[in-house]
Parts: sequence; structure tokens; C-alpha cells
Amino acid sequence: MDLYTEGDPIADAKAPDGPIETRWERRRFEAKLVNPANRRKLTVIVVGTGLAGGSAAATLAEQGYQVKSYCYQDSPRRAHSIAAQGGINAAKNYRNDGDSVHRLFYDTVKGGDFRSRESNVHRLAEVSVNIIDQCVAQGVPFAREYGGLLDTRSFGGAQVQRTFYARGQTGQQLLLGAYQALERQIGLGNVEMNARHEMLELVIVDGRARGIVVRDLVTGEITTEMADAVVLASGGYGNVFYLSTNAKGCNVTASWRAHRKGAYFANPCYTQIHPTCIPVSGDHQSKLTLMSESLRNDGRVWVPKAKGDNRAPRDIPEDERDYYLERIYPSFGNLVPRDIASRAAKNVCDEGRGVGPGGLGVYLDFADAINRLGRKAIEAKYGNLFEMYERITGEDPYQVPMRIYPAVHYTMGGLWVDYDLQSTIPGLFVIGEANFSDHGANRLGASALMQGLADGYFVLPNTLANYLASGPFDKVDASHPAAVEARATVEDRLQRLLAINGDRTVDSFHRELGQIMWEHCGMERSEAGLRKAIDEIRTLRDEFWQRVRVPGDGEGLNQSLEKAGRVADFFELAELMCIDALHREESCGGHFRAEHQTPDGEAQRDDERFAYVAAWEYGGTGQPVLHKEDLKFEYVHPTQRSYK
Amino acid sequence: MNLTLRIWRQKGPEDKGRMVTYKVDDVSPDMSFLEMLDVLNERLILQGEEPVAFDHDCREGICGMCGLMINGNAHGPQRGTTACQLHMRQFSDGDTIDIEPWRARAFPVIKDLVVNRNAFDKIIAAGGYITAPTGSAPEAHATPVAKADADAAFESAACIGCGACVAACPNGSGMLFTAAKVTQLSLLPQGQPERYTRVIGMVDAHDEAGFGGCTNAGECTAVCPKGIPLNTIGRLNRDYLAATAKRGGTPGS
Amino acid sequence: MAVTGILLVLFLIAHMLGNLKIFTGAEAFNHYAHWLRDLGTPLLAPGWYLWIQRTVLLVAVLAHIGAATVLALRARAARPVQYAHRKKVQGSYAARTMRWGGVIILLFVIYHILDLTTGTLNPVGDATRPHSNVVADFAPERWYVTLFYTLAVVSLGFHLRHGTFSALRSLGQQTPAGERRARTFALVFAVVLTAGYLVVPFAVLTGLVR
Repeated sequence: MDLYTEGDPIADAKAPDGPIETRWERRRFEAKLVNPANRRKLTVIVVGTGLAGGSAAATLAEQGYQVKSYCYQDSPRRAHSIAAQGGINAAKNYRNDGDSVHRLFYDTVKGGDFRSRESNVHRLAEVSVNIIDQCVAQGVPFAREYGGLLDTRSFGGAQVQRTFYARGQTGQQLLLGAYQALERQIGLGNVEMNARHEMLELVIVDGRARGIVVRDLVTGEITTEMADAVVLASGGYGNVFYLSTNAKGCNVTASWRAHRKGAYFANPCYTQIHPTCIPVSGDHQSKLTLMSESLRNDGRVWVPKAKGDNRAPRDIPEDERDYYLERIYPSFGNLVPRDIASRAAKNVCDEGRGVGPGGLGVYLDFADAINRLGRKAIEAKYGNLFEMYERITGEDPYQVPMRIYPAVHYTMGGLWVDYDLQSTIPGLFVIGEANFSDHGANRLGASALMQGLADGYFVLPNTLANYLASGPFDKVDASHPAAVEARATVEDRLQRLLAINGDRTVDSFHRELGQIMWEHCGMERSEAGLRKAIDEIRTLRDEFWQRVRVPGDGEGLNQSLEKAGRVADFFELAELMCIDALHREESCGGHFRAEHQTPDGEAQRDDERFAYVAAWEYGGTGQPVLHKEDLKFEYVHPTQRSYK
Repeated sequence: MNLTLRIWRQKGPEDKGRMVTYKVDDVSPDMSFLEMLDVLNERLILQGEEPVAFDHDCREGICGMCGLMINGNAHGPQRGTTACQLHMRQFSDGDTIDIEPWRARAFPVIKDLVVNRNAFDKIIAAGGYITAPTGSAPEAHATPVAKADADAAFESAACIGCGACVAACPNGSGMLFTAAKVTQLSLLPQGQPERYTRVIGMVDAHDEAGFGGCTNAGECTAVCPKGIPLNTIGRLNRDYLAATAKRGGTPGS
Repeated sequence: MAVTGILLVLFLIAHMLGNLKIFTGAEAFNHYAHWLRDLGTPLLAPGWYLWIQRTVLLVAVLAHIGAATVLALRARAARPVQYAHRKKVQGSYAARTMRWGGVIILLFVIYHILDLTTGTLNPVGDATRPHSNVVADFAPERWYVTLFYTLAVVSLGFHLRHGTFSALRSLGQQTPAGERRARTFALVFAVVLTAGYLVVPFAVLTGLVR
């Protein structure tokens, strides 16, 4: 293709072989250790304080390393892991319902549409049980049964009840557990916490990641921080779409800067789109709010049969309504998986049958459920969600059907890492949503929290030691030419952004970029659309660098400057996402190509040609270079999903 | 709708600061309060003025980053709602809205409406945790927890650390925040070994940070977007009294 | 605050019960007053008990005011810049007026001692005839005394309502049900005490006691 070149295949050199149940055990045993007395002499930088970063920083400090932790928020407790609602999976089999490590492994590989690594996923399933123990010991108030034992529920269509939860605030509670462990280490002087700091560049010395350049968001001061290893836990890049369920500050800058310095970016086109979000209410919209998936258990999804029917929903008679999920998927009905429900909603809206402002919404109607079960029962089950809906929309969902629409929610792609979670840059480790490793093309519900904590508490602290044991590395400080150069790059870039002084705001560019991405690289992608998107992104990016206006200066708090830097990186990522989506001529998980569907409109995978991880090397101003990592399935054999 | 905003503008920590009046037109009732500020900021930028700095992140009421004093109410007029979840339909055309930062010595203003809440982190670092280094945990089901205790612990654990309690308190006290964490951890069996050192450490850190003392006025719980109950402070007091009695009145010894 | 407050509250209860003896007639009332002076005899010399009680009360009052001052100073230090727009959300009237209410009560107590203890400001001012002192005090033509007294006692009622609840909280009351009970108890207690103190002057004013 004209947009990229293909390089050598890449392989996961750290992946152990042998029976899958023994791989992680063996890898840990074979890993080199660092003498406790020497750990104090080693410094590790951790960027991000979510479930992955917070738990990693706390654990590394407990082990005796000197940790420097960074987050852009005003406190490590605010990382966006906090917003996760549903729960966390673990193969505890407390229900005696047939769950096991192997079943969680199997479900995750299958749910990822056979685009993840078996070894990684098995390890994830293994450590899932330790996570629950760890969190309970920290005082995480999980839901409990009357007998005092932990309650679990089934989530996201799983057939076993393996999801542990703390009402609708599981992410918050798990994050606060990790945050408190982190604060304890900060109090003990083992972690130097730098809140309101943003990583703007990676420092590489002699081929190893040895530091970062950060900007203090309060004073504007730029400093270079050196260390023996760097860990990125900076989250996903869903905000490339402008509107998503991510927090406003979520960004790809840390990952993207590392990518530009040589770390490969894997599978950027895999994005998860959640079907039940509150629709956009106007041009002012700044973010989208997720409504728990559980609503589809009792709500019925419909749109009017006729195009442009703008009667009030209650005035539309039953026989003029199209309960399209029940019609197309009679056996699963309203409970089809996320990607299918999302795409179906898009299709009916594309036909002009969407409801609400702008025609981008479908009804989620509880009238039948209220008639059948009574208002009381519905209130008990969904009361808080109904309240939240009313607060945001001003409509009472007991009287009027809810309006929902899909929204970008999670990104499965991320920096490429090996089994040890190390990127293609030695000494640069990537954990949590920022890496690509465990979810393949689609993430199962309640697995994001599991992966973040698995990486941070249990995987990284073992594998990082192996890397550090290969030291000691030469002592370097901020005066090293590589560090000075990295710092100069950052300063230049900030000055460039401030100097443009054009006539458009950062947000206006971000919004426009988001529209392009949503239109052409969202729920359904096509060759023509993606090519168009790439052209539009390039044009808009040029315009950005000529017309953006960033008020103020680099001294002190300047929120426009922060945003400008992030959006500039989103522009580059957006192009790579489209190229990745264009090159992957198949449909799988969170990537649906219009050209590749079964006759009845379902995703059609092409295992012959695409059973690989697409790891992209930064191509400078030229073209990105594709490196393929072949995926082998020894334990779970690829099958086609069907929900008819 | 058209609104008049009077917003606290302060260039930096050293600046004295003042209320500045702005007009905002064509505000949609479906906007969130922060989106209304976004609209104002877009205009200010294009006019060559500095946009209003304010903290926000998740915009779904859980991260605790946003916090504005809106017409004298922490997080605005709607109960149980953070500023980011407050919508403009709560206001009427022609309203004048005063917007100020949280005001407390322990929360110094950084710029405009942005304050530094690091004092809360220090309170947690002084004991708001259970010491359980990674890997040391026993099997999760080894210690059952009565459902009532687990539920009550959750209720306190729901605190988002936004600081509204301090902002609203006539004494500028951070006791509700401190008590919420003390309560959560002292209700759970896992939290017992550190129960008394925790409460003393946290209260000392609270006082050191420059927060005022609690007089049980109840403003905090009224504005708390998560409805943390006032009786958590009673539990803190009880633990604190027991702790000082047990340790002969010498904190932390 | 809580401990000194409770000491003062115990005194208030005893003082109110004593006041109510006025309804049993002048003789009984005077007798009660004289008994107070002689309380503890022969172990103590006459009047000594009262001086012990006065000392304890004085210390309690000073400590109470001291603690309140510390709280007020801390509160002021905790918010160096005031809000331009301040509106109270919930906090009961009682909770908000603790400090100024306390000041009113203090001024009243000073007047009250000069009036009915030393007799300096009393039209009769005869220490041997407390009943006459009281009746003279609240005579209809001295309506302003009754008004001031009423104002002070109502302030005291508010002070007690929040003070009682707050003291229970400070001493560790911690359950939601307990909170409801504590609030109810504080309200009832404050109303009873307020009423108990107000009956006397109004009884004099209306001529019920003469």
C-alpha cells in the first residue's frame, strides 16, 4: 500500500513455551533478581497513577526501589480508572458454577476475537485471583452476601458469576485501594509524588529509556528526570474522538512521545464502542456519559419504523415501532454483545430513523418492564441510573423512554510490549490500557480493571526486576546530551504552539478531528472512508499548526497550552489509526470493515491473512513501518461468533 | 438563555484576585455548568483574553477534580451533584451567577478557580490506609465481613475527595473527609490493627494542614455530592478519644 | 467544649429546678436559697459550698470560652479570604449562632450576677429575701428586664440545642439512628430548659407569682 511500508516481522522474545499453565511460574523463576540492598540505589519513573500506575508505584516502593510518580491531575486519586462502574473479573469460582482459570482464559481469548496472545491472557487469568485477595486486604469494600462472604455477579453476557463489584463504583474503590497503598509509600518517603506534572518527552541514553522530560503544570517549569527504568501507565487514547467516555484530560502524549522515540504502537485501530451512553445534546457537548450495560436486561431498544417520524415516543403506536435488536437477533435480542448493539444502532440512525436532537439516538424503553414488574422493582434495580439520566437530560425515564447512543469507551491498542511488558525500547515498560497486550480486538466487560491491577501489582514488579538486574547502568544526569536534546525539543514545541497565535481555538480543532474519526474510523470503517479521513486529518493538522491560538505563555498554569500539546499528538495518532484500520482488511472485535461482513451483516474475520499483531514503527515524516507478530493458538481454536 | 457571570479571577498565588463580570448569551439548558464555562472560554480566547482556569476531569461526578462555589453553594444549587453534573436547566434566563474557588488556607488558590488540594493527600498518607504490601494478602474469604459493616464502609468509601465539605464549612474544617476514611477502615476487620494510630495520625495531619476545627455545624454533609453522613465524624471522635486514652494522650506513641 | 459544656448544663438543670421552687411560695423559695448557702455544713463553713461551686463554674466558663476562642481563631485562620457570595445551605440556625449566642449569654450572665447574686442592679437587692428580689425584678413596669432576660434565655435554648447534639457527637455518638435520637433529645432538652427558665419571669409579669 502507498501509506506504509512493511518491515521485518517482530516476535515476543520473552514468551516462554511449554504447557501454558506453567509459563508464568517458569518466567518468574528464570527472572533475575535484584538484591534488596541494591534496590534502594535504583530509581524507577512511573507515569500515571491509575490502577496500573498506582499499584505498580506502590508495589515497587514496597520492594525497596526509589520511585518517582507523575500524574497530570491534582492528585493520584483522580486517574480515570476511578470511573469504571461494573466490576472486576477473577477466576475464584466461589459460586461453584464451573469457573476456572482456564475458563477465564478461554473466554478472554475468544472475547478478544482471537487477536490476543494466549500466554499473556493465561497469566492474566492466573493472577486475577490474587488481585481480589490483595484488594480485600487493603479494605476495598466489595459487595458482600449476608454470610459475610464476597458477592459476585455475571457481567457482559458471561455464563459464570465471576465479577466482583462495589455497587456501581468498583473502579473508584479499587483505585482508592491502590492510591492509599501509594500514599503510604509517599508518607514513608519511598515515592516522590509529582501531581500536576505532564510527561512531554522520553529520554533515551545508549538505546535505553533513562528518563523523561516533564512540565510542572502549575509553574510551567520544564525539568528532566532521570532513572534506571521508565514505566508508562498513561491510559488509553479514546479522546482522539473528542467525544468519549474518557476524562477530559486523558491523552496519548506519553505513549506517542515514546512511539516517536522508537516504541512500536500495536493495533491502534481496535477501539471499543459502548452501546449505552447518553446521546449528544448539542454542539456544546464536551463528553459522553456511560449508562451501565445492565439496563439492557429490562429495557427494550427501538426506533420508529418510518424515517423522520418525530412524534413523541408515546404517540407512536406499537405497530409503527421497530424493535430492531429483537427482530434481527431473535435469540439474544436486546442482550447482544457491545459491538453488535452499537453497530445496529448506527445502522438505524444512518437510515434516518434515529431519535432525539440530530437523529443520533435510539430509545431504550422501560414501559413494558414497568408494567410487568412494577415501578418499585425497576426503581430498586436501576434507581440511581435513572436519576443520573434525569439529571443530565432533564427527562424522566419512568415516563419517557431513555435515549441512548454508542460512544467510544476503551482502546484495546497501545504500545507494543513483550511478555515482560517491555516495549521495543529497552527499559521502557508499558502497563494497563496504555499497552496492547491482553484484550485482542475486543475487551470483555470487567476485564479492564483486572488487567490494570494484574500488570501493576503482580506482573511488572517481577519482570522489571529482571531488567534492572542486568544493570547497573551508567550513571547519567540531566546534563547528558540526550537529555539536553530531549528537553530542547519540548521547549521548542511549546514555543511553537504559543507563537502561532492564530484564529481558532484548540477545542475547535479537537472537535473537528473527533468528527472525522467518528465518521470514518468509528463503528464502521471502509476503504474509501479511511482514505478520505487520512486526507482530511492531514489537511486539518496543517491548519492546526498555522491557525491555532494558544493564549498566555508557558509560565504558570496554562490549560490551553496543555490541551494544544495533547491535540497535536492526537492528530498524528489519528492518522496511524486510520492506516492501521485501512490495512486490516477484515472485521474483528472493535474493528468493523464494511467490505468484510457475512451476507447477514456480521463481522468476518480473516485468520489466514490477519492473525497477527500489527506493530507500527514510527516512520518520521515519511511512512510508518509495519512489523507483524504472528499469533498462534494452541489452546483456544478460532471460531466465528454468532448471536442470531 | 442569557446569563451574567461574576467569576473570581486571580492570575496566580500571589495575585490578590477580584470578581470579574462576564455576559454569556445563548446558553442551552442542556449544557452542563462546565460546558457553559467552556463556551465562555472559547469566546475569551478568540477575543485575545485569558480563559478562566478551572479544574475538571471525568465530568461524570466521580473523579472529584471539579469544585466551584456557585452562588455561595459548593457545587451549586442541586443536592448530591458535582459541578460537572450540574446542568444549566437549574438556572433561569437573566440570572446572575457568582463563581468562586474553594476558599480555605489549606487549599491555596493556584489560578482563578483552581486550588491546591494536596492537603487531602497528606491526610491519607498519614494513616488513611491499611498496611498490606502486595503479595502479603490472605485468601479473600479468610475473613468474612458482616454485610451491614461492608455496606456502611462502602457508604463512607464513596467520598470523592473534592473538598466541598471544607469549602462549605464555616470553620474551614476537613473533618468530614477525614472521618469518611477513618470510618470506612475502622468498620472493617482488616482495618483493626492500625485503627488507633490511624485516627491520631490523620487528625494530626488534618490540623497541621491548617484546616479549622469541627463544630458539627453540618454544612459539609449538606453539600457533599456523595452524601457522606455526619455521623462518620462521631465515629472519628470515638476512635480518637479511645486512641488518646489508650496511648496516654501521646499521639502516635 | 463538650466536657465544660456538660458541667455548665448540669448547673443549668439544678438552677432551673431551684427557680421553679418559686411556685411553692415565697417562704419555700427563700428557704431553698438559704439552704444553698448552708449546704455542706457542718463539714464546710456556711457559704463555702457556694464558693466552691462558683469556682468550678467560673473555671468551666473560662475553659468553655477559651475552647470556643481557639475554635473561632482556627476557623478564621482556616479561611483567610472570605467568599464574596455566601449563602448558608443547611446548618441549623442554632449551629450558626453558637458564637454570637455565646456572647449574648455571657453578657447576660454578668448582668444576672450583678442583679440577683450581688444585688447591685436589683431594685430590692436584699440577699436575705431572694423572693422579693425576683418579684421586683420582673415587675411589669420593668418590662425591658424581662425582655432582655427572655432574649438571653432563648439564645441559651438555641445554644443548648446545637451544643447538646454537638457534645454527644464529640463524645463519640456515631450511628444514624443515634444521630436522630441525639437531635431529638437536644431539641426537647433545649425546649424544656428554655420553658423552665421563662415561666418564672412571665409568672411574675402576669402576677401569678407576687
